[in-house]
Amino acid sequence: MVDFGFGLVPSSRINLDLFDKGKYEELAALEPDVRICMACGSCTAVCTAGKFEPTSLREAIEDIKNARADKALQMLEPCQLCGKCSMVCPRGINTRHLILSINKIYSEK
Amino acid sequence: MIYEGKQKIWSEYQKEIPDDHYFYVRSCIRQSFFPASEATFLDITRNVLEKDIFETEHHTTCGGIAYHSDTIPQETVMTIIARQFALMAKHGYENYVCSCITSFGLYCETMETWREFPELEAKIRENLWKSCKLEFAKPKFLVHASDLIYKYRNQIAAQAVRKLVNVHTGEPLKVVEHIGCHYSKMFPSKGVGGAEYPYVLVGMIEAWGGEIVDYPERRHCCGFGFRQYFIKGNRGYSLSNTHKKFESMEPFKPDLIITNCPGCPYFLDRWQYVIAESTGKTYGQDGHGIPALTYEEVAGLVMGYDPWDLGLQTHQVGVEPLLDKMGVEYDPAKKFLGKNGKDLGSPVPCSCLK
Amino acid sequence: MKNNILIIGGGPAGLEASAQLQRMGYNVILIERSPKLGGHLAKWDRLFPDRVPADEVLRSLLDATEGVKCFTDTDIRAINRLDKSYNVRLTNGITVLSDAVLVASGFDLFNAVRKEEYGYGIYNQVMTNADLEAYFRTGEDRRIENPRKVGFVHCVGSRDEKAGCRSCSKVCCATAVKQAIEMKQAFPEAEVFCFYMDLRLFGRHYEDLYLEAQKEYGVRFIRGRVAEVSENFDGTLLVKAEDTVASKPLKVTLDLLVLMAGMRPSASGKALGELLGMNVEDDGYFAVRSGIAAGQRSQQPGIFLAGAATGPKTLPETLADARAAAMEVDRYLTEVFPDARNYKQLVKERW
Repeated sequence: MVDFGFGLVPSSRINLDLFDKGKYEELAALEPDVRICMACGSCTAVCTAGKFEPTSLREAIEDIKNARADKALQMLEPCQLCGKCSMVCPRGINTRHLILSINKIYSEK
Repeated sequence: MIYEGKQKIWSEYQKEIPDDHYFYVRSCIRQSFFPASEATFLDITRNVLEKDIFETEHHTTCGGIAYHSDTIPQETVMTIIARQFALMAKHGYENYVCSCITSFGLYCETMETWREFPELEAKIRENLWKSCKLEFAKPKFLVHASDLIYKYRNQIAAQAVRKLVNVHTGEPLKVVEHIGCHYSKMFPSKGVGGAEYPYVLVGMIEAWGGEIVDYPERRHCCGFGFRQYFIKGNRGYSLSNTHKKFESMEPFKPDLIITNCPGCPYFLDRWQYVIAESTGKTYGQDGHGIPALTYEEVAGLVMGYDPWDLGLQTHQVGVEPLLDKMGVEYDPAKKFLGKNGKDLGSPVPCSCLK
Repeated sequence: MKNNILIIGGGPAGLEASAQLQRMGYNVILIERSPKLGGHLAKWDRLFPDRVPADEVLRSLLDATEGVKCFTDTDIRAINRLDKSYNVRLTNGITVLSDAVLVASGFDLFNAVRKEEYGYGIYNQVMTNADLEAYFRTGEDRRIENPRKVGFVHCVGSRDEKAGCRSCSKVCCATAVKQAIEMKQAFPEAEVFCFYMDLRLFGRHYEDLYLEAQKEYGVRFIRGRVAEVSENFDGTLLVKAEDTVASKPLKVTLDLLVLMAGMRPSASGKALGELLGMNVEDDGYFAVRSGIAAGQRSQQPGIFLAGAATGPKTLPETLADARAAAMEVDRYLTEVFPDARNYKQLVKERW
């Protein structure tokens, strides 16, 4: 192979065709609240870890739906499970259980 | 795909293309990229169709390359353009036909800017007089050279010696059309067929017996983008855009790509080589590439021009499989002979691309 | 004295106003240019938010119009303003002397072909909200054969200045959510996506519908306008949008794409407005007398407006508007109209 000093750039585009529906349904069975997030960002605004580390439950949910569960897991790593997000969620999502469930379902190889 | 739906859109984007009497301006880069394309355009229009196509050695670049690289003031580029238009008027023409898509887009943009800002037009008029002592004029009709070949497509078909048909199977060749971005994306009404479903090249393919391949990324830029390929560090983006198009057209198994822009055929051609040599992937049959030709070259092929006279040996992707499909006779020994018969030397063979 | 009232347009607004004015004792003449009463409602299957059958609603509207003289396939040929009344010549040869005219000319659905990048009429698997309602009514559409992935595009011909339609059509968000649920009900295995810019679910129970779509049906809402559609080799659609929440471009392969064509001022209403000398605003809808309180009075004395003729409205809003128009007509015919000597003065003061 020839090295031209430049090459194909990986695409950053979300490809929904890669979405793993089976796995997502497993998650929704464990914690149905994942379905009802409306991406308002309240959880992220008050996140204890989020001020220092790139942590956002809103973004993690989005990542899962966008076939990037790997990013979601990374995003939730610094979470301390303090529960502040559950206080502010307007839809009353059980955020702590959702975070634990995401880890449970998607950490499994 | 519902063909009638496209026809409806096409009928809404018809531009007036005068039949004759044009002032012709060349492209800066096409003459080195595809040395015979412009010569073929002039030969077909002047000698075969007997049209009055005038050109003068006094015309210059339109300034487009500098404009898109952000290295020239807009007033300067507009004055250059005003000079080209003034040369047209000086020679008694009012129809302007240009070979380059970048130029065409820039002319459209400039005329539109003058329309919106008459005070700027007045300034350019003054600049032109001060710098060149030429009278300001604007073309009555501005067309791209592909518009003209589109206009003459049926006359060309009538004089063609062969069609875009596979002579071994009798099936029409599958042709991808690729329009230069600045042909109609900025001003859809200035292009034949508009910007979403451009018809200018489709019309030629239909008239010459080919079958159009409509693949998902047909509207995507070839990746030329001046800033992208000028700087080596950015070339990966250029390459990736071309790659995206080829990945998208691959399932349709096209025999040929026809283009109307200086940059597109060049990059659709050369990047196939880079993709092949750096990743091993090829898009044509049996390790070959997909030939990316200019519309003049395709017109020349159906009209029976010798492929080496058309300059097809200057393409990186070998055109021989296409010539074989079309039943074009050619002498492989003459591929790399110059016009004077002198051996130009042949390129080093590629390791992945046949 | 039984005043004649001419009502133009046999959709929900015209029907409801007819019924109300008939009950008040007026002599109502309702004309409809198409062969059938009911307007767009007659073509719809079920209605948001609670998905009642459109036919039921239409039937109750029609039942209430008993005694109203209805002329279908009828348009206005000419209209003259007399001293106080209007002399109207209809295309069916009848001439009506009408003391008040109510224009309920409704709306047209946006012609989705005009959004060229969506390929309606070009790609086989692209349809509109109206096509989908027709499918729900008949169970027949060549485009729908057990789709696995379905997309809904909000704001097609709404909030789109380039397409000449700046305004929000008000009903499309709720319709899309309703249709998304109905598709999930019809094809439980399908994945359904709604592409929206803002979810404008302002009405009562609309938010419940949204929650239901997420919770019970797993509809995925993606904040981003679909920007390009193309057809793949296998006939499926390649759809591009940005997920603006994730700030990333997105692509998805779909079996079916439904365009939520918005509301446009009615073309026949526009022609009628020219006959009547009525002004339209920049958005193409009829101007009302002035300001918020003017309600259903047009700028011409004795001519009233109801329903989507004055801008996009939901069905309940249209019906409420029609009832209000009936009240306004009644007030005019009882307070202003009878006083022949002072008519002009009263119009000046009270119109």
